Formats: sequence, structure tokens, C-alpha cells
Amino acid sequence: MLEISNLTHTYGSGPSAHNALDGIDLTVAEGELVCIVGPSGCGKSTLLRSIAGLLRPTGGQVVLNGSPVEQTPDNLAVVFQDYSRSLFPWMSVADNVSLPLRRKAMDKKQRKDAALEALEQVGLESAGAKYPWQLSGGMQQRVSIARALAYRPALLLMDEPFGSVDAQTREELEDLTLRVRGHHNMTIVLITHDIDESVYVGDRVVVLSKAPAGIVGDLRVDLPGPRDQITTREHPDFVHLRAEVGRLVRGMRSQPASASQ
Amino acid sequence: MKRVLRAAGRLWAVPVVLVVWELVTRAAENLSFPPPTTIAASMYEMWLTGPPERLWLTDAALENIPASVGRLLAGWVLAGVIGTAVGLVLGRRPLYFRFVDPLVQFARAIPPPMLLPFFMALFAIGPQMQINVIVFGIIWPVLINAAEGARHIDRQYVDTARVFGLSLKQRLFLLVLPAAMPKIFAGLRVSLSLALILMVISELVGSTDGIGFQLLDAQRSYDLPGVWGTIVVLGVLGYVLNSAFLAAERRVLSWHRTAKQTT
Repeated sequence: MLEISNLTHTYGSGPSAHNALDGIDLTVAEGELVCIVGPSGCGKSTLLRSIAGLLRPTGGQVVLNGSPVEQTPDNLAVVFQDYSRSLFPWMSVADNVSLPLRRKAMDKKQRKDAALEALEQVGLESAGAKYPWQLSGGMQQRVSIARALAYRPALLLMDEPFGSVDAQTREELEDLTLRVRGHHNMTIVLITHDIDESVYVGDRVVVLSKAPAGIVGDLRVDLPGPRDQITTREHPDFVHLRAEVGRLVRGMRSQPASASQ
Repeated sequence: MKRVLRAAGRLWAVPVVLVVWELVTRAAENLSFPPPTTIAASMYEMWLTGPPERLWLTDAALENIPASVGRLLAGWVLAGVIGTAVGLVLGRRPLYFRFVDPLVQFARAIPPPMLLPFFMALFAIGPQMQINVIVFGIIWPVLINAAEGARHIDRQYVDTARVFGLSLKQRLFLLVLPAAMPKIFAGLRVSLSLALILMVISELVGSTDGIGFQLLDAQRSYDLPGVWGTIVVLGVLGYVLNSAFLAAERRVLSWHRTAKQTT
């Protein structure tokens, strides 16, 4: 459903030009949850902004559901890292969640119901009348997720979605993501710098190199059963994969006897 | 109850000053500085000796005060609407802003009272001329603040609006206007006090009614308690307008105040 071919992006020109993306090729299948992991400053956000149509890459193309992305596509939602600057503080939580539904053919009542349903799915059914700044950081990020869910996008992009919350909330939100994803069968691309998180959440982990970013690894995550914060993380395959991804991120050669394809 | 006590605590200086003023002016017996009681009597005489069915308001009160306040508010609202609209557009379009900015800086550097001769020549003496002077004199703080507020909207708010495909109109009313609102209110507050000044000045030179006209009238007839009385009314008017404005601001910008405190 998402095909990225030979994507390059250079900021500026001349001697001060900064090459952020260096020929990225990536295909994401319908219903997949792909984690993109890489060292900080490697161009992960540039990649995400190109997929979202917020930035016009200098080379290559992104094709979503058969049509090339030129402006922001109408079937795509983004959960940003910084929830406090993504939710509008002058609107109630329910209005924030129903905000993107204004472009759909829905009347006020339908929008309200859809927002409430989405808030229910993230466990915030009673917070609709509050304002975002009355909620904790973790709850605000749940609101962002609810907003994306209410929109029912074909592709959900998450840009370091759990980077600004504490460790415990982070685990809760990871499980929430897995749960709603199972419920909606959405395609998700999640960008993170956290190696553990990428292996825990993803069906696939794509590893980017330092800038200019290129793909240095593409590993399938085959972990048994539903993911669980304790048992999954102590599973030998998890430990092994995490080490493998860690090596790739640090730029070491991967070992031949790995789970990579 | 606590609030009443706190307000009383803040206001204790007012009677003290009044008593001291009364004593000093009575002792000095200077005609230019009548005691507060004389000023109050003259104010009562000027505005509150009308027939009971009109709440004792005199013709002068019913003519001058509403005329002045009406022009002031008309000018302020017009300047607020035009200034906000133009400011938001300029703020979101850096290219226009670069062309228009020097003109704006020039126009706002002109002391607004200096425009009176021009506007008096352009329009006849009367409300139209006065409102024009007020609008032209007070629009700049609103316009510049609105442009500033619209220009510095967080990129991620803008990205969010783009990702979720908000239309131009929705972006304007759901994102740009509310995000710039704190700045716009700061501009509106400056404009309100400027509007009071320009209202009086325009009435002093080109009017046949209004508080400023009454002030001039009292001065011409050497009615010094009357002059003081109109000055007091102007001070009270400014205080009331500012208080009403702050109350409105607290309501409209409650999200801003609290959001800033909690994050």
C-alpha cells in the first residue's frame, strides 16, 4: 500500500547542503506495522514528513495506495511526538478529536459520536469536555491517538509517539497501539529511536543508518503470541532481535545467523 | 466575602487621598483647585439633576456621555475588526508583510492628533470625522500584534492542520485566529486606552457634543469645578472600560492563561 522508491532529500544547496535521505526504498504491505529505527538526527523525521506530504523530497517518490504523494494525502493521519503542540489548547478534547472529521461528509452529531467512540477506545471516554492541558502527558498522547483513530486513515504515521512520556506510560501506550491496531487492522509506520520499542511493537523493523539515511537492515519480527511487556521482552528471540537491531543502529555488521531476511 | 475584603484592602488609599485632597484644597483656597466636594456637587449639577422619569439624568448627560462612548466603541470595534483581518493576512503571508511593513511603520509613527486637520478637511466636523480619527489612530497596535501572532504560530500546529486537511477557512478560524488571540488582545487593550484619548481630542477640536466638548465648554465659561468634573468622568470611563476589557479577556483567553501555567 505504501511504496517508497529511491527517495532522497537534500536541505539547502552548495557547500552547506545537508543530505538527509540517501535513496530509500521501502514497501509496506496492507495491515503491517513497520517500525523505522535509527540513530538520532539520521533523517527519520525527514522521511516521515516526505511520506506525510509535508515536505517535497528532492528526489524519488512516495506512492500511497497507487497514487503518488504530492500534497498531504487525505487518507493518512500522523501522531506527532510533541502532543502539547499538536493538540489545540483552545479546543476541548472532543473538539480536537473531531477536528479532522470536518473534511469528511459527516454532520455535527456524527462527528461527535465518532470522537466519543475513539476516545472510548483509548480509555478517555469521560475526558471529552476537558481541555488538553488539563490532562497528563500520557493522556494527551492518547487523545492524539484517538484523533488519528477517529479519522480512520489507511495509513497511520507515528513520529516518536512515546518519546515524551515516562517509561510506564510508554509501555501502556505501546500496548494501546497494538490493541487498537488489532481492532482496526490499520497500516502503521512508527518512527522511533528506541530499539526495544521497535522490536516490541513492530511486525518489521527497518534500520536506518546515520545521515544521510539509507536502509541498513530490514528484519521481520516473529515473536510468539500476543505481545506482553514482561514475557515478550524476556523471550530469547526478542533478546536476540534487539541485539541485532542494536548492532545495525550502531553501524556494526550484522551476524549471519540472524532473523533477518 | 474574601474577595470583597481583598478589594476593600486594595481601595483603602482612595478615601485617604480624597480626604487629604479635600483638606489641602480647602486650606489653599485656590480657584484652579476646587475641593473634591465642590467637584462632586458640580458633577451632580451637570449630569444628575434631570427629571426622575429619566433616572435624574440631565440633557447634558444623555447627550454627551452616550455620544462619546458610542464613537469610542464604534472606532475601537472597527479598528479591531479591520486590524485583526489585515494583520492575520500579513502575518501568514511574509511576502506581503515585507512590502507593507515600511508603510505600516510610517503610518503608525504619525502622532494621531496631527491627523485631525486633515480629517477635518476631508470629512465635515461630526461623528464620521471623529470615528475616522479614532480608527486611524488606534488600528496599528491591533494590526501589528495580529500579524506578529499569526506569524509565530508553532509549525507543528500548522503541520497538524495540513495533515488533517483543514480548508483555508477552517485554518483561519480554528487555528490562526485562536492562536493569535493572546497577541490580538494585547493590541486591543492598548488600542482601547488610545481610543479614549483620541475621542477626547477629536471632541475638543471638532465637535458639538460629547464629553470633550463639555470639557471645552466648561473651560470657556471659567467653570473650573465643571472642568474637573469632566476629567473625573473621563478617568472613571477609562477605568470601567479597562476593567470590562480585562474581564472579557479572562473569559476568552482562559485556555491560554491556564495552559501556560500547567505546561
